[in-house]
Amino acid sequence: MKRYALALAALLATTGVASAQTPRDTLVVGAKFDDILSLDPHESFEFTGSEFGSQVYDKLITFDPANIGPIRGGAAESWTVSDGGKVITFKIRQGIKFHSGNPLTAEDVAYSVQRAVTMNKAPGFIITQFGLNKDNVKERARALDAQTFRFETDKAYATTFVLNCLSANVSAIVDSKLVKSNEKDGDWGNTWLKTNAAGSGPFKLVTWRANETLSYERNDGYWGGAPKMRRVLLRHMPEQATKRLAIEKGDVDIARDLQADQVKALQGNPNITTRAVLKSYIAYAGLNTKHPILGKPQVQQALKYLVDYDQIANTVLAGAYATQQNYIPQGFLGAIKDQPFKLDVARAKQLLAEAGHPNGFTVTMDVTNTWPWTEIAQAVQATFAQGGVKLELIPGDFRATLTKYRARNHDIYLGRWGSDFLDPHSNADAFAKNINNADDAPAKPLAWRNAWKNDELSGMTNAAMIEGDAAKRQKLYEDAQRKFVQGSPFIVMFQNTELLAERKNVKNFNLGPLSETTFFKTVEKN
Amino acid sequence: MPRKIAETAGSIALTILGLLLVTFVIGRVVPIDPVLAVIGENAAPGVYERTRIELGLDQPLYVQFGRFIVKAVTGDFGVSVLTARPVLDDLKRVFPATIELATLATLIGVLVGVPLGILAAVRHQSWIDHVARIVALIGHSVPVFWIGLMGLLIFYAQLGWVGGTGRQSVAFLDSVRERTGMILIDCLLDGDLDSFWDAWRHIVLPASVLGYFSLAYICRMTRSFMLEQLSKEYVTAARIKGLSEWHVVMRHAFRNIAVPLVTVIALSYGYLLEGAVLTETVFAWPGLGNYLTDSLLRSDMNGVLGGTILVGAIFIGLNLLSDLLYKLLDPRTR
Repeated sequence: MKRYALALAALLATTGVASAQTPRDTLVVGAKFDDILSLDPHESFEFTGSEFGSQVYDKLITFDPANIGPIRGGAAESWTVSDGGKVITFKIRQGIKFHSGNPLTAEDVAYSVQRAVTMNKAPGFIITQFGLNKDNVKERARALDAQTFRFETDKAYATTFVLNCLSANVSAIVDSKLVKSNEKDGDWGNTWLKTNAAGSGPFKLVTWRANETLSYERNDGYWGGAPKMRRVLLRHMPEQATKRLAIEKGDVDIARDLQADQVKALQGNPNITTRAVLKSYIAYAGLNTKHPILGKPQVQQALKYLVDYDQIANTVLAGAYATQQNYIPQGFLGAIKDQPFKLDVARAKQLLAEAGHPNGFTVTMDVTNTWPWTEIAQAVQATFAQGGVKLELIPGDFRATLTKYRARNHDIYLGRWGSDFLDPHSNADAFAKNINNADDAPAKPLAWRNAWKNDELSGMTNAAMIEGDAAKRQKLYEDAQRKFVQGSPFIVMFQNTELLAERKNVKNFNLGPLSETTFFKTVEKN
Repeated sequence: MPRKIAETAGSIALTILGLLLVTFVIGRVVPIDPVLAVIGENAAPGVYERTRIELGLDQPLYVQFGRFIVKAVTGDFGVSVLTARPVLDDLKRVFPATIELATLATLIGVLVGVPLGILAAVRHQSWIDHVARIVALIGHSVPVFWIGLMGLLIFYAQLGWVGGTGRQSVAFLDSVRERTGMILIDCLLDGDLDSFWDAWRHIVLPASVLGYFSLAYICRMTRSFMLEQLSKEYVTAARIKGLSEWHVVMRHAFRNIAVPLVTVIALSYGYLLEGAVLTETVFAWPGLGNYLTDSLLRSDMNGVLGGTILVGAIFIGLNLLSDLLYKLLDPRTR
């Protein structure tokens, strides 16, 4: 035995000393990207897929990586709005070249919109919601000349709404010549583009090996200036502890999607900085107003006073979520910072007494049986009890609880909602608008799922959707949310964050609330 | 002889057909919607219907199964939802990574486990027997991911003797031409010793961890087979004859345990080739185990079915191989 142990030790000893440094011109990121199903930007609707689109493709509209929020021209140099807001005419920047060497023209833009609308894959609705379909798209989205693209909607929408949607991944501009040459059986080149790229963005795709590596190489001729890093390499690291070891050793420069305990362990390491970036998921509890007690406004108010928001965010969830009490996430147009509710048992008891339930009541809550929902639910259960409300938790598989929720068979549902694109309309449409509360209504937004129909807020949501003036639009959302937070059957609690750790020499990695707003082009290492 | 071959081929075909049927039925029974796996949760109803028809899910089950069999026979397992590539290409990519790891691990298991097991049996109740039993017990009871993480913590994070997770360091990625998909061999074929060294530093820890578990199992089985033989009368007779202990153990007793031992080793190799999910996750090793689990979690039935057929084929192949080895080792079966 001794002999073998010695032999094994000798074998290990000869394997040398760890270099543990990433190459200077290469950024190595430890992440989890098993969510990529396709690299085709007109098809992918997952986090990493959308993030990929922002590195490899240009869109008409983009964001300043250093100040994510206000939009600015990407491939579009400027635009004019006409016909009462129905038509936006874009001037395409001169001299943009695809990675293939083909010039980017208005024809490519028109082709890309036509492709996204005609294929109409999962994210297609972001464009088709403006009244485009496969029959009218050639007319509504067309090139007037090589540098001019005309986009027409079925009615006048808020210009910011349209432009925000044109910054989404599904609005990426593909190299029409290259894609057409890889078309098979009228598939718009989809089969090919699933695993290849045809973009003009700051990075070129080098390799994608599912659940292994995703690597980029910089596009030296990028019109917005070449990125600082020559290569960016994402390594798939599904295991949290492994990810932490890798950043401690310096084998990765950035470790993403960490959990709170890993971050805690990394704090105090002089070579590493950690931070939390607000993302766009909203965690909330929906109260079914079909329930005889939950339907009462005072009860809804009382329950909002029976949640210890900050304690859950800071202690139970350890910074993985931040308190957020309204439906437009921070970082979006129209977001407000008001937090009118905090744990106030006396106030809650008084409201319950006014509603005719001085001794409280018993109610159930459907909860997905994974982190952090069970943890949030248990914390809420404890504070509800202080006000006399007995909460029975029904844990279940995510799909099962969601099915029950969509059928309006719940009392209280604890869950989350993610924005589909970087515009407040995505969430407003879900939380605040319900025009048909019938059981067989065609649209089933979150307001409908809780059987809540508020015509004033539905009207404000519609008005904000078509308000051409950005400042007025913002004001409308702010007013709507102040009404919403007081009078809705939603206890909006948190907005999620991404926890990440970076080596000290990594600078300027910018990521905003959505996957589309993750930019590697500004990252530097020294 | 030809009749025997036909019989074997027939039973293999039947086994594979049964395997396909069971997997297919399970794939259709699980309460996971394969359409949602493709389009995500927020897609419009029209998209849903269209995708369902594209996937052929509107057809009756027997039609779906028939199509599946025809395709499987021609090596077409469809396109993976997970990677958007043909499943066959995926398997060609992930399986060599697993073969490389499993082979090294089994080598460790055999080269250490068999001698240790024999020694433990020969020196029954001595200190070396106790050591062997403790080694086997730990290997049997401690979770593999824990050993893996501890190994990383000590040999990678603290001592820096081995590389981190993955098969190669960043600097060496794509440095050698892919031929067999087994990086160690590809590096040697390219004559790139630096890359070989890097790949070796990455494989040595996961292979040792898996090798330890295989060692523990092989050692335990060798020991008990050997103990059984050593208590038999022919061993006593051989000893009375005055044969050397080495001769008694290796020429008489060991020969008799060779056949069951081959089965044990083949089975343990088979389990490793199936892909060690936990080890592959801890070491971010892009092998078959990871691929199968990810496919399952994604309800990517093409990937799962393709992988299952491969695993089934491995076991059938290993069974054939050990059958052949029996004939070599045991004159009575010739």
